[in-house]
Amino acid sequence: MIDLAQHTSLGSALRAALDQFADETCLIEADRERENHRWTYGEFKARALPLASYLQSHGFKPNARGAIIMTNQSRWSVAAYAIFHSGGVLVPLDYKLSAPEHLASLKHSQAEVLVTEFHMWRAITQCAGFGELTHLKTVIVTDPPKKGDLLNATPFDEARADGEPTFVQRQRDDWACIVYSSGTGGRPKGCVLTHNNYLEQCASLTSLYPFWPGVRYLSILPTNHAIDFMVGFLGPFVCGATVVHLRTLRPEFVREAFTRYQITYVALVPLILKNLQAGLEQRFAELPPFKRFIFERLKALNKMLTRERPNLNLSRKLLSQVHAAFGGELRAIFTGGTFCDPQIIQFFYDLGIQVSIGYGLTEAGTSITLNDLNPFRADTVGRPLPGMQVEVRNPDAEGIGVVAVRSNTVMSHYLDDPELTAETIQHGWLITGDLGRFDATGHLQLFGRAKNMIVTEEGKNVYPEDIENAFGKLPVKEYCVFAANYIWPERSMLGEKLVIVLRLNEGQTFTDELKRQLAQMNSTLLNFKRVSGYVIWDEDFPRTASMKIKRIALADAMRAKVDRQAALQEL
Amino acid sequence: MKTLEQIIDEILTLASTHFKTDRAALTADDDFFKVLGIDSLQALELLTRLENHFNVELPDYEVQGVSDFRTLAERIEARL
Repeated sequence: MIDLAQHTSLGSALRAALDQFADETCLIEADRERENHRWTYGEFKARALPLASYLQSHGFKPNARGAIIMTNQSRWSVAAYAIFHSGGVLVPLDYKLSAPEHLASLKHSQAEVLVTEFHMWRAITQCAGFGELTHLKTVIVTDPPKKGDLLNATPFDEARADGEPTFVQRQRDDWACIVYSSGTGGRPKGCVLTHNNYLEQCASLTSLYPFWPGVRYLSILPTNHAIDFMVGFLGPFVCGATVVHLRTLRPEFVREAFTRYQITYVALVPLILKNLQAGLEQRFAELPPFKRFIFERLKALNKMLTRERPNLNLSRKLLSQVHAAFGGELRAIFTGGTFCDPQIIQFFYDLGIQVSIGYGLTEAGTSITLNDLNPFRADTVGRPLPGMQVEVRNPDAEGIGVVAVRSNTVMSHYLDDPELTAETIQHGWLITGDLGRFDATGHLQLFGRAKNMIVTEEGKNVYPEDIENAFGKLPVKEYCVFAANYIWPERSMLGEKLVIVLRLNEGQTFTDELKRQLAQMNSTLLNFKRVSGYVIWDEDFPRTASMKIKRIALADAMRAKVDRQAALQEL
Repeated sequence: MKTLEQIIDEILTLASTHFKTDRAALTADDDFFKVLGIDSLQALELLTRLENHFNVELPDYEVQGVSDFRTLAERIEARL
């Protein structure tokens, strides 16, 4: 592994890795059953440096911002390295956002370079307000059409320039990335993370879960995702491991990739874990009775023998067919524990497949706590990682309070928002807005949120303010979107829902037609952003002098007056 | 060459068979996530079935943001 203590920037550490592991396999890109390419670290460098030269020859200067919007593919990492090599600040944007949201983030971040896929670029150019994208100078696209106008973009494979690009050294406190932790319909939250944030997090995580040449990490999540950025890019690269990019999320190809590439580690969102679980359960159910009987006994034996700590070799022997279905080399699945059902995690652990549950948020790097599996605890998100100070503030009678974090991995600030930064980082402590409690063994348990937002099973943060515009034409007096748990707290982060609160006009009734309109407007939102229910509220909303809705006061009033079950209607 | 209506009809039949729902209860403009009670990965599974049936290949991104049968049919029609 590269000694990260010797490096002051991601560019420097990655550059050292490209040289040290030149002959090791770096990236494999697969699309369904096809393998698109396989590159060594040396070949990766041979692709990244001409791109860096191209960027520099087109005026990309140190500290300038370069955005990437791509689905899961190897060229994401090539583009990211070229930006770091040039001393730039990476803006990794979520490809699943809509084109207007991409446009808003590009504007807010003042990105000068954009590397994206052609269909996304075309959609951005068709947005109202595209002309205001004045900072953007260079656009590079993958998957260009064979014919037709590229809309002033350059195909990725032609974005090359001769000559050695200048390597620009950055210092630990310099900005590495601007990561958006919410959409842009409300208040953009551009988390500014430094090189130090990432290097410290990388050192901490790889000390618990080491990578080495020969390890294969399956990258299913896009690399803009905080977990994949760390364990599917930085971590494996500085250790000379291999990253397998799968360009589809189709369950049948995900399952096949485990065996085809003999995967060692993978990071999954709960939705995919659930899907894998369903597939396994179906296979178990189809076993003939005698085989099923034997299997259940072996599973029970494995469960008993691994109660105190995992024993991978033993589990692989006892349940060899299950492990063979995952390629036989799988050591751990990483997932975010705040929104994952403990029963799913326990299901895998009982089969001898270790699921490492972490708790993190963009503002604190990748992970604050991680279950060290010693012993395995499906009901917690583990203990704080090395270097993390975690406190529970203002605990109630049951010890539950707001989780606060101080560490070298906490972001520098929110871009261009000192007020929000001051609310979120107080005297060096990041106030997470999540509610938690430490148990007697030092494991953190989470019990919901003190903030008005949800995280979906796909690992997406959704803020009510970001989706309210979709309901702008609803013919009601006023409306407001909430996380249901914000109005009526439940001590869980599972199954979080958004709800819309409607205040009807005088004399108006809630008709089927109004419900139809509500459903139609809801359907214009991406699937994971939709509201699940509605509440009819019979009082005017409390508002500030500038007519903004006082959300806290409204939620307090609703909680005091109506019961969740009685008030909340399914949409 | 199949018409859009034929494609929609075949999609609805396939979807009702695959997810064991009443064919008569499905219409072209239904939100398939809701009417079939499926998540985004199950929608991708359905897509694979449709690809095999219509003998086309649709990248995952083509169906990102699509949630009704009619739009899905239009995307398939464009590839036929």
